[in-house]
Amino acid sequence: MAEPRIVIVGAGPAGVRAAETLVASGVRPIVIDEGGRDGGQIYRRQPEGFRRSYASLYGSEAGRAEDMHRSFDALRDRIDYRPETLAWGIWEKQLHLLQGSRTSAVDFDALIIASGATDRLMPVRGWNRAGVYSMGAAQIALKSQATAIGKRVVFMGSGPLLYLVAAQYSKAGAEVAAVLDTSPFHLRVKALPQLIARPDVLLKGLALTLKLRRGGIEIQTGITPVEIEGRPEIGVETIRFRTSKGKVRTIACDAVALGYHLRPEAQLADLARCEFRFDAQTRQFFPVKDADGRSSVAGVYLAGDGALTLGADAAEVAGRLAALAVLSDLGRQVAGVQVARLRRRLRIFERFRRGIAAAFPWPAGAAAALGEDTVVCRCENITAGELRAAVSDNGAVEINRAKAFSRVGMGRCQGRYCGHAAAEVIAACAGVPVEAVGRIRAQAPVKPLIIGAESDAEQAA
Amino acid sequence: MTSNESGRFRRLGEEGRSRLVFSIDGQPAEGCKGDSLLVAMLMQIRHLRSSEFGDGNRAGFCLMGACQDCWVWTDTGERLRACTTPLAAGMRIATKAPEQAWPSLA
Repeated sequence: MAEPRIVIVGAGPAGVRAAETLVASGVRPIVIDEGGRDGGQIYRRQPEGFRRSYASLYGSEAGRAEDMHRSFDALRDRIDYRPETLAWGIWEKQLHLLQGSRTSAVDFDALIIASGATDRLMPVRGWNRAGVYSMGAAQIALKSQATAIGKRVVFMGSGPLLYLVAAQYSKAGAEVAAVLDTSPFHLRVKALPQLIARPDVLLKGLALTLKLRRGGIEIQTGITPVEIEGRPEIGVETIRFRTSKGKVRTIACDAVALGYHLRPEAQLADLARCEFRFDAQTRQFFPVKDADGRSSVAGVYLAGDGALTLGADAAEVAGRLAALAVLSDLGRQVAGVQVARLRRRLRIFERFRRGIAAAFPWPAGAAAALGEDTVVCRCENITAGELRAAVSDNGAVEINRAKAFSRVGMGRCQGRYCGHAAAEVIAACAGVPVEAVGRIRAQAPVKPLIIGAESDAEQAA
Repeated sequence: MTSNESGRFRRLGEEGRSRLVFSIDGQPAEGCKGDSLLVAMLMQIRHLRSSEFGDGNRAGFCLMGACQDCWVWTDTGERLRACTTPLAAGMRIATKAPEQAWPSLA
């Protein structure tokens, strides 16, 4: 039998562990990665010539990051590694790629999609101003470039990343003006029985909050964002919010890091025609997968935050499990004990995820309260009022129809940053459950391609 | 123009890297080896481009190649995603799309 063609998309924690597991079984996978270096976003490597230590870059996760990078270095000669390559489409059993201005396609027998996640956003008036960044962006500026997104930064949103990035900024010497959390504190106490599933992570989280408070940084919980104020040419100048006690406050800042957990980059799974399911707790759709990462489509496997946002540690486990599922489905011998152990670990991560989602809920109600002139789609400057008109004037309750009428989700980010909020706006306006609104269907190419360069080259030839 | 104070971003370490000279809208600028184009530009100025939908200046958003908010142009009209493009010496960057680049945006 010919050697099976196994392709992995992504060289973050899930992709690297999947590749490692396959290589250990004598398979040479193709690893496609958009990044120039391995590690994904979470264990992103700093550029050549940077000197910060693992301890200063990754804190308590330094050991994991270093192990991940070492593991990948050891794999380099035993995989077909293609960095700076975008996987932009799937038809049948063929993956379409773009490297520089050159397109190509690879056939696969098995595809492991480990595409990672991006920030989940809820709009606030003024979030289209220069100086507002996603929470992930704030962290990347620091980890990958040793910079802060501003001279005086406010962190707003909810979830563990809010506190982690604020603490990393403070430690690195940036000025953190405030940490503003939409989640009320009592939910954290209520979620303890689930959060205790990972006592080490829970303790790290508590230590972070303590460190911020001891550093004199203001932390507000249960807030309601009101507006990021500023001028069109200058960008962010102040942030206004309502405290949990109902008092309106203004804080001067020149940058805002904004985010509410992460969402899977599930476009490739969608293009592969994988089924999706609605998760009622976090009010979003995830691609369906079994305990080991098999999707609803034969030969397509899903691992890591690109399928379900459980975090980096869980992504390593899920990557290994998905690779073992591939091997098992190809008729190779797989140790049942190992699979059972990995599945058990993944269940603990899932229990913890439920706790985090309960402690730091997605602020669905904020969508209904967005002012008519608040921008929902940053790409094309489309307001909540214009989106609501698609519902009330055109009767568009399904999100892809509302997109066609309003253009919300049609811009350059292809709905990544407005899609979840847009669904909430439509649901509230139409008076239907958000699952009835559906989700924005992925379109190939999953990111804009520059075709000009290639056709120019052809003309010149 | 090269002053740190006028920029949006702030450096927090990794000083002492070699300098790279480039230009923004014809004005001389300086960055460090290893900078992304986005970081090098935002150390000098407060934005990367203007929204073509009239709501003001933009300075990027996701920094991970997902939102496409940070498109800038070379003086020959090539479009670059500033967050995933490494700074190179001699780059001539424009914060406005040259007229001839518009057809490729369609």
